[in-house]
Amino acid sequence: MTHWESVIGLEVHVQLQTQSKIFSGASTHYGADPNTQACAVDIALPGILPVMNRTAVQMAATFGLATGATINHRSVFARKNYFYPDLPKGYQISQYEIPIVSGGKINIGEGDTLKQIRITRAHLEEDAGKSLHDGLGEMSGIDLNRAGTPLLEVVSEPDMRSPAEAIAYLRKIHSLVRYLKICDGNMQEGSFRCDANISIRVEGDSELGIRTELKNINSFRFIERALNHEIQRQIDLIEDGGQVVQETRLYDPDTDQTRPMRGKEEAHDYRYFPDPDLPPLVIEDAEVEYLRSSLPELPDARCDRFIDAYQLRRSDAQQLTADRGIADYFEETVREAGGNSKIAANWVTGDLMAALNRDSLPIEQSRVSPISLGRLICRINDQSISGTIAKDIFSDLWDNGGDVDQIIEARGLKQISDSAELEQVVEKILSKFSEQADQVRQGQGKVLGFLVGQVMKETGGKANPKAVNEILSRKLSP
Amino acid sequence: MPHRQSLSALNRMLATGGISSTEITTHFLDRIEQNQQLNAFVSVDREQTLAHAQQADHSRRNERNSNLRGLPVALKDIFCTQDLLTSCGSRILSNFVSPYDATVVEHLDKDGFIVLGKTNMDEFAMGSSNESSYFGPVLNPWNTARVPGGSSGGSAAAVSARLAPAAIGTDTGGSIRQPAAFCGLTGLKPSYGRISRYGMVAYASSLDQAGPITQSAEDAALLLQTMAGFDSRDSTSLDTAVPDYLSALNTGLENVRLGIPKEFLDPSIDAEVLSAIETALEEFEKLGAKLVDIELPNSSAGIAAYYVIAPAEASSNLSKFDGVRYGHRTAEFSDLLDMYEKSRAEGFGDEVKRRILIGTYALSAGYYDAYYLKAQKVRRIIANDFSQAFKQCDLIAGPTTPSTAFPLGENLDDPVSMYLNDVFTVPVNLAGLPAISLPVGFDQSGLPIGLQLIGPYLKEANILSAAHSYQKVTDWHQRIPGDYE
Repeated sequence: MTHWESVIGLEVHVQLQTQSKIFSGASTHYGADPNTQACAVDIALPGILPVMNRTAVQMAATFGLATGATINHRSVFARKNYFYPDLPKGYQISQYEIPIVSGGKINIGEGDTLKQIRITRAHLEEDAGKSLHDGLGEMSGIDLNRAGTPLLEVVSEPDMRSPAEAIAYLRKIHSLVRYLKICDGNMQEGSFRCDANISIRVEGDSELGIRTELKNINSFRFIERALNHEIQRQIDLIEDGGQVVQETRLYDPDTDQTRPMRGKEEAHDYRYFPDPDLPPLVIEDAEVEYLRSSLPELPDARCDRFIDAYQLRRSDAQQLTADRGIADYFEETVREAGGNSKIAANWVTGDLMAALNRDSLPIEQSRVSPISLGRLICRINDQSISGTIAKDIFSDLWDNGGDVDQIIEARGLKQISDSAELEQVVEKILSKFSEQADQVRQGQGKVLGFLVGQVMKETGGKANPKAVNEILSRKLSP
Repeated sequence: MPHRQSLSALNRMLATGGISSTEITTHFLDRIEQNQQLNAFVSVDREQTLAHAQQADHSRRNERNSNLRGLPVALKDIFCTQDLLTSCGSRILSNFVSPYDATVVEHLDKDGFIVLGKTNMDEFAMGSSNESSYFGPVLNPWNTARVPGGSSGGSAAAVSARLAPAAIGTDTGGSIRQPAAFCGLTGLKPSYGRISRYGMVAYASSLDQAGPITQSAEDAALLLQTMAGFDSRDSTSLDTAVPDYLSALNTGLENVRLGIPKEFLDPSIDAEVLSAIETALEEFEKLGAKLVDIELPNSSAGIAAYYVIAPAEASSNLSKFDGVRYGHRTAEFSDLLDMYEKSRAEGFGDEVKRRILIGTYALSAGYYDAYYLKAQKVRRIIANDFSQAFKQCDLIAGPTTPSTAFPLGENLDDPVSMYLNDVFTVPVNLAGLPAISLPVGFDQSGLPIGLQLIGPYLKEANILSAAHSYQKVTDWHQRIPGDYE
């Protein structure tokens, strides 16, 4: 049986989170009423001219620096000419022959599976508007709010050999752009989009097979399915004696199918030429060095530091550093929790992430602040509350907000460490479960846990388990 | 009579209170109405313009700094204006009202100029005879069987017939200088980047430049002073200080080296034009200039390069006219493609379609290197020729056009011979240099002849002062066509 190898390259469209558009002063804010954020430049009125948004340039260069790429001191904007109603000028301004960023690399995997994925280039371009078809009867509508939104298109080499690698790469890019604060990474709103180039070949071959381009795979959930589906389609096609046709295909998540895309992509001659309205984009060494010195700590470095400084397992550190917001949250929690990094890591990767996922909230909208979580951890640490009670308080904080200490106070959740009080409860339990008490006396240490549990139950979880253990051990010592 | 006065003279009269803006403006509006046969204007709003003039008179009485306030000028219909239609000589924009004013219009307004109306032009500035306008041809006031030149033909005819004291035009390959030459006027094309292109409907973005069409170099200096300057909305606009053009006017010609390119004195040029140029050059010598023989060996390739680069840029610039957001949309269509095709087929005239086709072809895969890239190389070589020449001379002089105004219809079926009209003007645009055309005589049939002075980059002051020196001792620029005196 033939062993097939898939070859995947990705084109990621990163929407740069500038305040205004790439060539105009209109706002890039998402979700406004149609055409309320399209100025004269965006709707391509006669006589308008583009003016470069310098922040977009700096964001692109920052991305290049963070991936170890070359920042081209002189890059050129070209016009990509085609007619489409959501493309007001009849051309898209994009970098073609000379992009701002050339070369670069992203590491995926770790240890034995560590692999470098090469980035061919990253170039600046403007986004198009959107066509609207719902609720307009026979007509189609055009919303130009998105027209002119700055995009950084990151093109990889065909270095990925499986959908899993493609996803790992994509997650790395996603994490990186959020670290660099150049993109909000919101895939639902289209801030982070991906097209994939896929081909297959017999394992061991050096030649690339004929590729298809898969568009519209804009959710991590669908990517693996879409890629797998397309790879299998190509394998089936070739094994049935057919040939892959170079074409653009759309993935439809509803049917889990890919289908050829028709329309503007049909063998189009875009007649690229340098845009005479925009002089070559020049970025001087001094600006590049300034941007380099302004780079934040990057995910890989932060992960290493977390392992080192917080004594975390690599898997925990990776999970905590994949997202800058979560990493920031974690570090703030640790600070507030007096350095209890391991407990903090457990809480963040455990209860906090579960709650965020359950409510589909980004870390920035967490309903429990890192300060609250840090205090909660402090209360566990100073034995004011038990871990079990802490989980209860966390839920309370998540649902109703409030202050950790006030909740403990108001709900009377403070841990009972008072020996006299605990002694009484222990006596009560020992008389109720005399049989089990005898078993412990006879050396069946395991049963001690049962008795501890009963004391905890009796106190509504408030008893200090350590103290209970001590009292029980003392009383039941042979 | 105000129409016998230059813009500068009217300005002085306004300053001394000898006349009001309302009087001047009324007079010119009357003349525009009385001379509609020239077809020089496409949009005039008498009421509104008079209101502006009255406002200017009011301000003049109440302001200390009221220089220029209330001077009327005509504006080529390529500049976006909120007050008047901006049709660019095309059916596709025949209903278009711009929601914003071009930077040039803002500058004019800020300095107190009043727009008399929008002038006719070749469609999208593509033409050398003003015959490609959707609104019909403009007639040359010197001889109404002749073309006024193009593409700023309406602006030139308006000033020539004294329907306006001055006008604003644009020049991509000669569109200010050639009509100025054909109509006996002074036409200045400033350096590329000197005047903002924001709000000027683009024909060929790397070549387009606005400038004044006036009765004299002094008037041109007055308008350039207002129009020039950096604009953050135009990335190709130049961020350098604007010199005082008016005070530089009297620098004189003493020891100015005037380069005469032998390629511009080609025997194929009309003999009467040549003779007038030679006479004018003698006059320049008398004023102290030294004539130097120079070479512009590649200038003859200018037309070929221009007619690749300009249409290439135009083919892309004009894509925005698709009937989707504004402008002409066909009445009935079956689908999107049909709407595009019909709207554009109906909206554009033949010359525009020709250039869109040429440009689309020149940018096509497989032809790009042979045409567009080759033309860009030629462009650099031509610019380099000028740089070399300016090592030997301060200004370059020659005829503006190979002939005087040709009969209407003569070149309509022969685009190439029409294009050859621009042989001396096009290289200047390719090199981004400033140049002026000034009247230096008439041929035997009474048609004006223009001389072109080309300067180094940003040396507008030098060509203006050279032209002014000549105009102080000659009166060609003061001649008015008989019917319009």
